[in-house]
Amino acid sequence: MSEQGGQLADNIVHFARALRGAGIPVGPGAVLDALAAVQTAGIGTREDLYWVLHAVLVKRHEHSILFDQAFRIFFRRRGGIDKLLSAMLPSAPPPENEKPPPGAQRVQEALLASRGEPERKPPELETDARLTVSDREVLQRKDFAQMTASEIAAAKEAIKRLVLSLDEVKTRRLTPHRHGHVIDIRRTFRASLKAGGAVIDLKYLGPRSKAPPLVALLDISGSMSQYTRLFLHFLHAVTDARKRVHTFLFGTRLTNVTRALKAKDPDESLAAVAASVPDWSGGTRIATSLHTFNKLWARRVLTQGAIVLLITDGLERDPDDRLAFEIDRLHRSCRLLIWLNPLLRFSGFEAKAKGIRAMVPHVDQLRPIHNLDSMAELVRALSADGGRSGNPKAWLEKAA
Amino acid sequence: MQQMPHPRALPPTIDATVELLAAADYLADRSLGTVLFLALRMGRPLFLEGEAGVGKTEIAKVLSTTLGRRLIRLQCYEGLDVAAAVYEWNYAAQMIAIRVAEAEGAHDRERLEHDVFSERFLIKRPLLQALEADPAGAPVLLIDELDRADEAFEAFLLEVLADFQVTIPELGTVKAPHAPVVVITSNRTREIHDALKRRCLYHWVGYPTADRELKIVRAKVPGIAKTLSEQVVLFVQALRKEDLFKAPGVAETLDWASALTELDVMALDPGTVSDTLGVLLKYQDDIARLEGSKAKELIDQVRAQLRAAE
Repeated sequence: MSEQGGQLADNIVHFARALRGAGIPVGPGAVLDALAAVQTAGIGTREDLYWVLHAVLVKRHEHSILFDQAFRIFFRRRGGIDKLLSAMLPSAPPPENEKPPPGAQRVQEALLASRGEPERKPPELETDARLTVSDREVLQRKDFAQMTASEIAAAKEAIKRLVLSLDEVKTRRLTPHRHGHVIDIRRTFRASLKAGGAVIDLKYLGPRSKAPPLVALLDISGSMSQYTRLFLHFLHAVTDARKRVHTFLFGTRLTNVTRALKAKDPDESLAAVAASVPDWSGGTRIATSLHTFNKLWARRVLTQGAIVLLITDGLERDPDDRLAFEIDRLHRSCRLLIWLNPLLRFSGFEAKAKGIRAMVPHVDQLRPIHNLDSMAELVRALSADGGRSGNPKAWLEKAA
Repeated sequence: MQQMPHPRALPPTIDATVELLAAADYLADRSLGTVLFLALRMGRPLFLEGEAGVGKTEIAKVLSTTLGRRLIRLQCYEGLDVAAAVYEWNYAAQMIAIRVAEAEGAHDRERLEHDVFSERFLIKRPLLQALEADPAGAPVLLIDELDRADEAFEAFLLEVLADFQVTIPELGTVKAPHAPVVVITSNRTREIHDALKRRCLYHWVGYPTADRELKIVRAKVPGIAKTLSEQVVLFVQALRKEDLFKAPGVAETLDWASALTELDVMALDPGTVSDTLGVLLKYQDDIARLEGSKAKELIDQVRAQLRAAE
């Protein structure tokens, strides 16, 4: 019996490793749990084994699909581990010329200690024909130029100055407060005990305020591609600096890259983002993407007075009534909707395109940006008092 | 509401777990049975996530009645703090105790503080109650809609869920003699931190299959006509495939079935459907989608399906 048990244990350990390779975070603790669970349940059928392992190893609904595939492949044939791993890894063939590891540029800079700006290569595009789903959708991979040390320092400095409008919400949690409105009996009592219980000096509690969640929806279509790197770097720095930041990218489809942006190193983080998004620099389907967001994500990330940052030029591929409907719904489910449009920097810009005209009435602020080369400018444009007034109606009047 | 419960042993197998739930008219599928069985056997908290109205909270209630355990419910909300969830000192009683001590001429401050912060003056809130010994067996602790509480409270739960203990600075650590059966539910209005999920067994409660939903409707709405129950279930199942903002849950199906029974409806027709749609759908956009020919289309589809099944 023990030998058989040992074999099952081996299999479970291998299976856990396969899951890890497929992208499900399975820690050593979870493997021990799985072994304990299998022993407790006394596995009779294949289905039981499936659900027992599922119960212990899957911690997120979206991992169910991965688990299902992994389980099918793994427990159908022996020795299927290598096959499984190679089939489930995000990038199938190794790249021809080895990419420098994250941070390589900074190491090089530090070693050479040269004064001049290092030569920067433009973002590379590499078309991936295997993934083409439809003729209207171009799926491409993207490779960002690495960050220079001065860029990173400038970004950190700039983010410190970022103050969005309405960037504080009062929570219902209370905290000691000099001029609060609720008596803190606990502290009052302790303080009076210190004085022997003779004097009762009232202490107060007041509401604690904190920054609301920030949700960024970033357009990565062809017309926006020259700004993508800057915006992503900005979003990485923001994710690093404040809590509860969610980032979604959209071109023809919507991708949640919040996890990828949580990596500390900006190069590593942007590489992870690049790997997880299939539709770089293709067309834009704003309405479809917003629909997906409203349906799948709005209720999960737009709680507690979230601010939505919509970064797009508003050039919709197929504009129709749905766009106005979806942006209206988005507007109604968040506290503040800020639209940052890089097109506004051209002085001749008028809100004439159909997609733009549909969206403008439903945003709270439409913010222009004059110079999209630096993070400092971007932060200034987004800040409450920076840039020109963000009144969206002014743009409609101008176009009329 | 609950009488003195009779304690019962934990179910020995997965099948027994499913039967146990079925005895209280909760028809679980095997995946839920498995995860529940494991949670009970391994003494781990059960984390249930799913759309509103799929019966997450109901599981805890059913567990408490069928296992004969006490149900302790903690409804989460923003700003939920230790004073409301774990314990609070009875300040009024403490004040009186101090005055009495003074009147008796006691002036030893150390002694006074020790007396005042004793269990006698402790008001126990749900989490602390759940850690107490109970002759009927460890209670069922339902932490409902955890996503409504803020992150700070979630972090506090880590100690409770990992070791089933809480620390009260003035008293020391209180540890449960037997681990309570913990059921946590979330509607996913925000993501719960991985650290908390790691300590639990996770299960996504989905919508039931047509077969199971039919059994649920017949168990929960006893007076319903056979044809009507079949039509209701197939209609709701078809509705879930539509592109709706909020698909109806099992709770809505049951509400609708009871509503139609109350109205003495024997079979679905477009008029009745559009009159009672508010029971099923809670968003104006979704209701607008179904008005007009769409409802008729779905009913025809349901009828065709039922004819084909005969």
